Amino acid sequence: MPKEQANWSPYDNNGGSCFAVAGADYCVIAADTRMSTGYNILTRDTQKSVNYKCVMASSGFQADVKALQKHLAARHLIYQHQHNKQMSCPAMAQLLSNTLYYKRFFPYYSFNVLGGLDNEGKGCVFTYDAVGSYEKVGYSSQGSGSTLIMPFLDNQLKSPSPLLLPARDAVTPLAEAEAIDLVKTVFASASERDIYTGDKLEIVVINADGIRREYMDLRKD
Amino acid sequence: MFRNQYDTDVTTWSPAGRLFQVEYAMEAVKQGSAAIGLRSKTHVVLGCVNKANSELSSHQKKIFEVDDHIGVAIAGLTADGRVLSRYMRNECINYSFTYESPLPVGRLVVQLADKAQVCTQRSWKRPYGVGLLVAGLDESGAHLYYNCPSGNYFEYQAFAIGSRSQAAKTYLERRFENFTDSSRDDLVKDAIMAIRETLQGETLKSSICTIAVVGAGEPFHVLDQGTVQQIIDTFETAAEQEDPATEPDAATGQEAAAEQGTAADHGGSTDEGAAPMDI
Repeated sequence: MPKEQANWSPYDNNGGSCFAVAGADYCVIAADTRMSTGYNILTRDTQKSVNYKCVMASSGFQADVKALQKHLAARHLIYQHQHNKQMSCPAMAQLLSNTLYYKRFFPYYSFNVLGGLDNEGKGCVFTYDAVGSYEKVGYSSQGSGSTLIMPFLDNQLKSPSPLLLPARDAVTPLAEAEAIDLVKTVFASASERDIYTGDKLEIVVINADGIRREYMDLRKD
Repeated sequence: MFRNQYDTDVTTWSPAGRLFQVEYAMEAVKQGSAAIGLRSKTHVVLGCVNKANSELSSHQKKIFEVDDHIGVAIAGLTADGRVLSRYMRNECINYSFTYESPLPVGRLVVQLADKAQVCTQRSWKRPYGVGLLVAGLDESGAHLYYNCPSGNYFEYQAFAIGSRSQAAKTYLERRFENFTDSSRDDLVKDAIMAIRETLQGETLKSSICTIAVVGAGEPFHVLDQGTVQQIIDTFETAAEQEDPATEPDAATGQEAAAEQGTAADHGGSTDEGAAPMDI
């Protein structure tokens, strides 16, 4: 007798793309604000990023993303009470990985990028899969548009290739303003071909002056 | 005092209907260094005296942030206070996680009081030896509560606990009627002056006191030493130019409790006859 299959799935994909790039003294994290299901749009104005001292942007199943964000928020508050300071980017990166792996056998359907400044003020980006495998990189994108975005970034960011030996520092030599321009171009292009990416782009920039947020309109179709 | 026969166990009543272990725990609160709290309609200020064991050591942390909208000042066994603060922080985080809104102060103090009561009714536990002044803001306004080791709690307009707190209470009793409409800065000034009363002659410096504020639009935070010293300087210079202050109005005698702003119960008196937690 063939094995009985479930007739429903606990997961859904709400689409969207997110991405982060690290520079010498800044980090840019961006995500679109469209939330969809199937061929329908649920909202044009959702927020996929959340920030502490570093910023996490996620795409995938937004319910799991929200639950993951709430868990991290609670853990971050506990950390602040115990250590009297905010979590550093590398610390948050490890916590996120552990939180994801905790649900290894019923994962958060959440594809994350984490961006911030490391202890020396240099930009750092961490990229994750759904169960917490992570790596420090110079740039990364996740979500429905990532297949369109990544090759473009490999070409345009002029970061040293990750395949070089000895391993080079992966931060891009671009300046902050150039990197932000690149982000806008990248998302505008991704919105052209990826139906799940569009509406508005939220850009978060972290540098020595702090964290600031900007918005840019994208195609609404 | 012949209390010794019935004071071995917290679960042993005395013939007069008292639990001596609980009363001894409240005694520990009175031995701790002073902590005061006062509130207006929109802000609550906590203050405490920093006691260090010796010149070489740092002073005990007596004011804890519990959440953005709640803070606590303790007097007594500071280790017990630390543990209870951790419990309160946890409760706030769990409530926020479930309800996406801040834990109302009144709920937190009830949970704290119930936790304290458990320790008065288990033979293998002892009461917490710490009094907590819980200051917080929620939808129903600004609140200041006092939680006893006995498991009782009371709401106050202003209160002081710990050693030499009577001096601060007298000061607060004179002025509490003005607190409701006080500005935030006046409230802080009153807090510092109340602390000065407990020092009884010792010079008031920002290094021996800690002040914390919570208010509408202002998350709970401890004021930094520089700010506090500035405020001290403003009224120390003013006081030098004035005549000495007149004596306070006729004392309220043995009344140890400060006044209430709302229709809450009275604080216990320190008369020898009545049990302190008997209301």
